[in-house]
Amino acid sequence: MGNIWIVTKREFASFFATPVAYVFIAIFLMLSGIFTFFIGNLYERGQADLIPFFNFHPWLYLFLVPAIAMRSWAEERKSGSIELLMTLPISVAEAVLGKFIAAWLVLGLALALTFPLWLSVDFLGEPDHGIIVAAYIGSWLMAGAFLAISTCMSAFTRNQVVAFILAVVVCFLFVVSGSSIVLDAFQPWAGNLILDTVASFSFLSHFEATAKGVLALNDVGYFFIIMVVWLYASLIVIEQKKAD
Amino acid sequence: MISVKNLSKFYDHFKAVDNLSFDIAPGNIVGFLGPNGAGKSTTMKMLTGFLPPSEGEIFIKERSINSDAKAIQRDIGYLPEGAPAYGDMTVWQFLHFIADVRRLKGAHRKERLYDVIRRVELGDVLNRPIDNLSKGFKRRVGLAQAILHDPDILILDEPTDGLDPNQKHHVRQLIEDLSREKIVIISTHILEEVAAVCNRVMIIADGQLRFDDTPEVLRHRSRFCNAVSLRLSYAADISGLAELDGVDEMEIDRKTGLVTLFPEPGKHIFYAINEYVTQRRLPVDTLTLETGRLDEVFRDITTAEVVNG
Repeated sequence: MGNIWIVTKREFASFFATPVAYVFIAIFLMLSGIFTFFIGNLYERGQADLIPFFNFHPWLYLFLVPAIAMRSWAEERKSGSIELLMTLPISVAEAVLGKFIAAWLVLGLALALTFPLWLSVDFLGEPDHGIIVAAYIGSWLMAGAFLAISTCMSAFTRNQVVAFILAVVVCFLFVVSGSSIVLDAFQPWAGNLILDTVASFSFLSHFEATAKGVLALNDVGYFFIIMVVWLYASLIVIEQKKAD
Repeated sequence: MISVKNLSKFYDHFKAVDNLSFDIAPGNIVGFLGPNGAGKSTTMKMLTGFLPPSEGEIFIKERSINSDAKAIQRDIGYLPEGAPAYGDMTVWQFLHFIADVRRLKGAHRKERLYDVIRRVELGDVLNRPIDNLSKGFKRRVGLAQAILHDPDILILDEPTDGLDPNQKHHVRQLIEDLSREKIVIISTHILEEVAAVCNRVMIIADGQLRFDDTPEVLRHRSRFCNAVSLRLSYAADISGLAELDGVDEMEIDRKTGLVTLFPEPGKHIFYAINEYVTQRRLPVDTLTLETGRLDEVFRDITTAEVVNG
């Protein structure tokens, strides 16, 4: 446990030692503001909730989470510091988790800094705070799922750009797997069972209810399973490819 | 105590390390020599648990690296090739991170940090990001990281690469200071380094162990060992030197005019030559007893085909 915390601390500090975290948070806040007010029409709807804000999160995360995760392992391999890390008495699992938690905390911080939106809604009307809290938690969980996928892609390569592109592509597939973009590829040959299974992978459909403040066990469980599976995959990839 | 048995490493079909076996006891300062690509770094990576061996076993303090890697890594200080570190951290932050990982606490932690910073002379750069340091300083940060927890086993992959002669001297002294009861393994391709700090030399080439003994024995392998070389101020008849008792052969380098006399095995010829020169009043400028040329022995050992035995 201690080792995970040590790695997390180091990684978290390293996000702020470089401009990465600041740029990320600034852009996240800017884009979420633009989406919410100009495209989501928060004011015009005349409702005291944050649904327009949360609805855009999958699309924001699609580009921003791979950006923050792309260096986590790619950089480690490129600079050779992975050899140092792996020969310290820290296990691969601890390193993977430590790095993941650090990046997830940065995402959480960015999310938390959107609180002025909440304040404005509260000022303008009487929102249901429980719903908003639930949606924040759901959004953070979904960010974790994006992050786990991006971490795994970063473990695949020593090139950050490649890691970024791979992560965006894989994340995109997960976001839209419930829509015709993906399902059309399965339609001609696959049975309903497969179609339903593929569709059930969709981040969008799992986040739909969450954005409205319903933290259903199957949605929460889904994001957790995605995290566990992709982090475990990262662990295997790192074990296999650490010396390449 | 390190015990390596029939260690091999394959990359696809390429054999990087081929059936290495050796034991290293406390107090040994081992110079790990070999041409580039001989398998030095690969062997060190396996010793430190970074790479799993393809075949064979490594035991360190009676624990197998396959099952007990984390426990073993606690006892090892390792400077990987190129001294990688986290470049965005300052030296101070980086050493604290290592101290965290090594579980150094309280007064002992403080004492170790200050001791290492003083020994490796990092005092002036503590608050600079590692990325902004010169190559020599980076190497020293790597060294500081490796010795911070005062490990029983120190494995250094090319610790003096990229250092200037003063820094090299400094690092060697540091290693000598450390190593009374410890195991130190240094890989290098600088031969003088081995003669200067090590009490055991292992030469590997093509992944195989070609030589394993003291630097003196290595030196004695040279045909220049105990040879006498001399330089004349002007031409004179020196053919008599080759006839002296114990002299096996005489070689004259036409470019430099250096005359080298090789002894028969086990014979000492310096005294006889000195006496001859004095008696005949030969115009000798310099008269030197050679101690053996390591580079030549190194070349012989690493390029020779393996002879069974």
